Amino acid sequence: MQFQEEQDYTKKLDLGLWRRLLKYARPYYGLLLALAGTMVLNAVGDVLFPMLTSYAIDNFIVPQSVRGLGWFILTYLLVLAMQVTTIFAFQRFAAKVEVGVCYTIRQMAFRKLQQLSFSFYDKTSVGYLMARVTSDTQRLADTIGWTLIDLVWGVVYMILVAGAMLSYNWRLALLVLSVLPVLAVISVYFQSRILKNHREVRKTNSRITGAFNEGIMGAKTTKTLVREERNFREFQELTQTMRVSSIRAATFSSVYMPIVTSLGSLVTGLALWRGGYDTLNGVITLGTLVIFINYTVSFIEPVRSIANIFSEMQSAQAAAERVISLVETEPDIVDGPEITSVYGDQFDPKRENWPAIKGDVEFQNVSFQYKGGEKVLENFSLHVEAGQNIALVGETGSGKSTIVNLVCRFYEPTEGRVLIDGVDYRERSQLWLQSHLGYVLQSPHLFSGTVRENIRYGRLDATDEEVEAAARMVRADHFISKLEKGYDTNVGEGGNRLSTGEKQLISFARAILADPAIFVLDEATSSIDTETEQAIQFAISRLLKNRTSFVVAHRLSTIKNADRILVISQGRVIEDGTHKQLLEKKGHYYTLYTNQFKEEGALSAVGKALEV
Amino acid sequence: MKGNLGYYGGAILATLGSVVIGFITPLLLSLVLDSVLGEKAPEGPGFMVAWFNWMGGRENLLRNLWICALSLVTLNVLGGLFQFLNGRLSAVASENIARSLRDRLYDHLSRLEFNYHVRAETGDLIQRCTSDVETVRRFLSVQLVQIVRSAAMLVIALCILWPLSHKLTLVAMLIVPPLFLYSMLFFRAVIRRFRETDESEGAMSATLQENLTGMRVVRAFGRQRYEMEKFEERSRDFRDKMDRSLRLDAWYWSTSDFMSMLQTGLVLLVGIFFCIRGEISLGTLVVFTQYESMLLWPVRQLGRILADMGKSVVSLDRLDDILLQKPESDAPDSVEPPIDGDIVFDDVGFAYNDNSPVLRHLSFTIPRGKTVAILGATGSGKSTLVHLLQRLYDYRSGSITIGGVELKKIKKKYLREHVGIVLQEPFLYSKNIRENIRIVDPDLPEEKVFWAAKVAAIHDGILEFENGYDTIVGERGVTLSGGQKQRVAIARTLLKDNDILIFDDSLSAVDTQTDAAIRAALRKNTRNLTTIIISHRITTLSEADLILVLEEGRIVQSGTHETLKNEEGLYKRICSIQNALETELDETLA
Repeated sequence: MQFQEEQDYTKKLDLGLWRRLLKYARPYYGLLLALAGTMVLNAVGDVLFPMLTSYAIDNFIVPQSVRGLGWFILTYLLVLAMQVTTIFAFQRFAAKVEVGVCYTIRQMAFRKLQQLSFSFYDKTSVGYLMARVTSDTQRLADTIGWTLIDLVWGVVYMILVAGAMLSYNWRLALLVLSVLPVLAVISVYFQSRILKNHREVRKTNSRITGAFNEGIMGAKTTKTLVREERNFREFQELTQTMRVSSIRAATFSSVYMPIVTSLGSLVTGLALWRGGYDTLNGVITLGTLVIFINYTVSFIEPVRSIANIFSEMQSAQAAAERVISLVETEPDIVDGPEITSVYGDQFDPKRENWPAIKGDVEFQNVSFQYKGGEKVLENFSLHVEAGQNIALVGETGSGKSTIVNLVCRFYEPTEGRVLIDGVDYRERSQLWLQSHLGYVLQSPHLFSGTVRENIRYGRLDATDEEVEAAARMVRADHFISKLEKGYDTNVGEGGNRLSTGEKQLISFARAILADPAIFVLDEATSSIDTETEQAIQFAISRLLKNRTSFVVAHRLSTIKNADRILVISQGRVIEDGTHKQLLEKKGHYYTLYTNQFKEEGALSAVGKALEV
Repeated sequence: MKGNLGYYGGAILATLGSVVIGFITPLLLSLVLDSVLGEKAPEGPGFMVAWFNWMGGRENLLRNLWICALSLVTLNVLGGLFQFLNGRLSAVASENIARSLRDRLYDHLSRLEFNYHVRAETGDLIQRCTSDVETVRRFLSVQLVQIVRSAAMLVIALCILWPLSHKLTLVAMLIVPPLFLYSMLFFRAVIRRFRETDESEGAMSATLQENLTGMRVVRAFGRQRYEMEKFEERSRDFRDKMDRSLRLDAWYWSTSDFMSMLQTGLVLLVGIFFCIRGEISLGTLVVFTQYESMLLWPVRQLGRILADMGKSVVSLDRLDDILLQKPESDAPDSVEPPIDGDIVFDDVGFAYNDNSPVLRHLSFTIPRGKTVAILGATGSGKSTLVHLLQRLYDYRSGSITIGGVELKKIKKKYLREHVGIVLQEPFLYSKNIRENIRIVDPDLPEEKVFWAAKVAAIHDGILEFENGYDTIVGERGVTLSGGQKQRVAIARTLLKDNDILIFDDSLSAVDTQTDAAIRAALRKNTRNLTTIIISHRITTLSEADLILVLEEGRIVQSGTHETLKNEEGLYKRICSIQNALETELDETLA
């Protein structure tokens, strides 16, 4: 079709992308076809109405007769019924396509997100992903559902009207149609400019939202720095930009319709002028003239809607690219087909084939680097026997977290192997290992829902008694019973209604319920409030009992009791031994320990002062 | 709104103009059809007939049909001009108002009391400042003029149709009241439905967000399938709700189109009879068929707008909530004395609300240029105490004087400019680090920025960033660690014109050595600065000229390291931990 050629020339539309996209809409081909059919009927109806009027004028009013009026009324009602039905039908079809495509793509994206590796999440922010799965997907589905309507209707309507006019009087028709290309060019130009303007306004708008965000979140700091006026001046610059660009966009939009209607009226004028003489000379009837005039007015809408499609598609294309690239991203860590056929994948595990796990972990000459980053580990070897408690100590960036991430198979070694119970973990499925893993972050993450649901996340088929027993094990039952609804208290989004310490205890209970063979306690970022410290210490010691465990630079009392303490620096183990052995050495560990001890001691003393 | 009434007046006039022209066009057409091409005597409104005669009547117009055509085009161009003016003027008016509304909100929020911001729900506030303003703006820019337009169309249509044929006008009006009622009721229902859909979408987004932020937990427990099912459920719910509101839409448009088309058909049919009976002319019928849509369109539109208007009213109320909050103010007799004397607390008491005092009977003196350290448990009132010095809160009883001047008499802005405070969890702006450090005065030379960064022991750290001082931080930039943030905050506070410098536990996230280095650099680089430090670190505390131990809002101990280390209490307990360490080490190694 001519539009597609035009697109290829402008090189703005990437048809390959749309074709790929349509692939994802395959389940909806039937609906789309029905939709197109409905739109053809609807356009036919829209063309028929003026014809009926003109018929009435020529056959009833001019000859002053009512012969055949019954048939006329019947036809009118039939066309009316067809219009109403098609209007309802196309709205339903388009809606079905929209919500269906949206749902399908969203499901695919979400599924993909569950498979993608941490290397992907390292470089992609949550906000970015949220926007892809929510608004971009929506936009895409919108476009697929509704632009087809405009396109089919617009094209069919124009063809029919042109055909009708040509058959009534081809000379007058050509005169009227000659304006069409001009109208099309102007429309395409304006529509894409309008869209661009609006995009600019939206961008400024999101900056204003950011400024409000900053103004409100930073209000306290602003006050202490006495920066209110300067902030306000900066804000005013932003609102001024917004004002100017909004007015510009609105002005531009308000230019378009008047130009188009004026052009349309030019055509109407031409029709009236030439057609008027034709009527006088008996070349056409008065009814025909009326119908011509009606059609010239109604030409504007399809041209506008087709022009609109161009700009819509251009903007939806960006959304399409982003969504498709997400859906088509391949995860770095994949279980091969031979592995999934035995052990199953993330969504359908074949647990019956899973070997039991003891918890013996071995790093064999492991090297690792993050994508595009420096080598974090080089030729690293370590053997941890099942049941051993390992504490990893070292500065930020020394490689402790990397070691832990490799144990969890959140990343895989770039060289060397990691063996679990003597077998390279790449020979088993990811889920096999991760299902036997207990993993607790220092900044615990809870899901919205009740306390009970959150603990049960550790083992979905646990009974209420088991959930409560797990909570008792880590002494979380005490604070839980004080909550408004006990175990059925909603913890709020991300667990925000609980304190960090309380969240921590729940995440411990959750991990205990999972009864993992290997346990990982990751990253102490800041100190926990002192009141819960005791409880947490107790919980940790419960957790670590009889399990292989890795504890990353944590509270001293935990480190102290570890079977082995590894001091890591620049990807190497520089000290390895028990607490006592390492203190005797008076090396890195000794310095670290004495410094931190003072700090923690002071904190706990202050904490105790509360109880005095 | 004030100052923009002119624009609105213009916009409304332009709308009326375009409406009038929109009506004249069919009249002109029918006149041409009936009385130029046809042979009827001209009829219709007087001005049309006058135009007809002025143009030389039928003979002249028939010979020069182009006059008719040109008049038609002129009318439309004029109408387009009015349409443009309406769009432009109402955009100017509404954008002006939206801008001043945004400015007012921002300015007002920054003037509200410290306590307001402590308690504020930021998400809700931002929502109000953005989407509620947008609702109001949309109402002002489109809907307000639209109401006038729709009403005018109805009235004018009636005025023109009524004289042409009373009976046919009545027929044409048949559907108007039910259609109006129908669209109003419908849109009211739709708004409710849409709220449900929005909520469902919110739930879906929340699930997604939780899944993404908790990805490590999901993976560590191998819960991909569970998450998939959870999301599927939410996503399906949203899909169904969305589908339902779209179905409602489909019903509305098809039924209201049905009503409209039926009405049009009725007018055509009745018109044909009237025509044949000679009651009306063909031109009149054409006018009626064309005006019918002009009658029906505003009625549907009006229902929609009126239903929408409720939302704007609610939004305005929510904005008023903010604008009616009382901002901070100074007493009329406030002064700006030099802030260079001793700070004297005399029996100071403070409470956030009446029943639970936070500070009680505080009396002590901080001599000018000395360093005071405050030690105390969480909730003992340390932060509140230092906040009083910037008048972020005002003490309720007793008196605080600086150089003999009562603190409450000093202008807040002036006081805050001379008292520097580094908060425990400082906020960095979405700017680069350089701009963040010289935030109080963007004109400060780079050397000053470097100096401050060096004193705060962050200079080298900044240079290690890929973009150095140009690294963007804050919400939309690089996330700094707690310690880095604190040090940037210290650096920016140093560039203020401080007479008093307060650290509200603002070295808690840096390690002990850096803490000591910063304090040493401070001592070297600042003279005669009264310093107040809140800390738990014995090394920090021990260097102070005066140490205050706070407990439940009271000073329970005060003195120097020498006196306190032998006095029973918190300070001594912390000191003794060092000894405990030595004993413990000995035991381990024995």
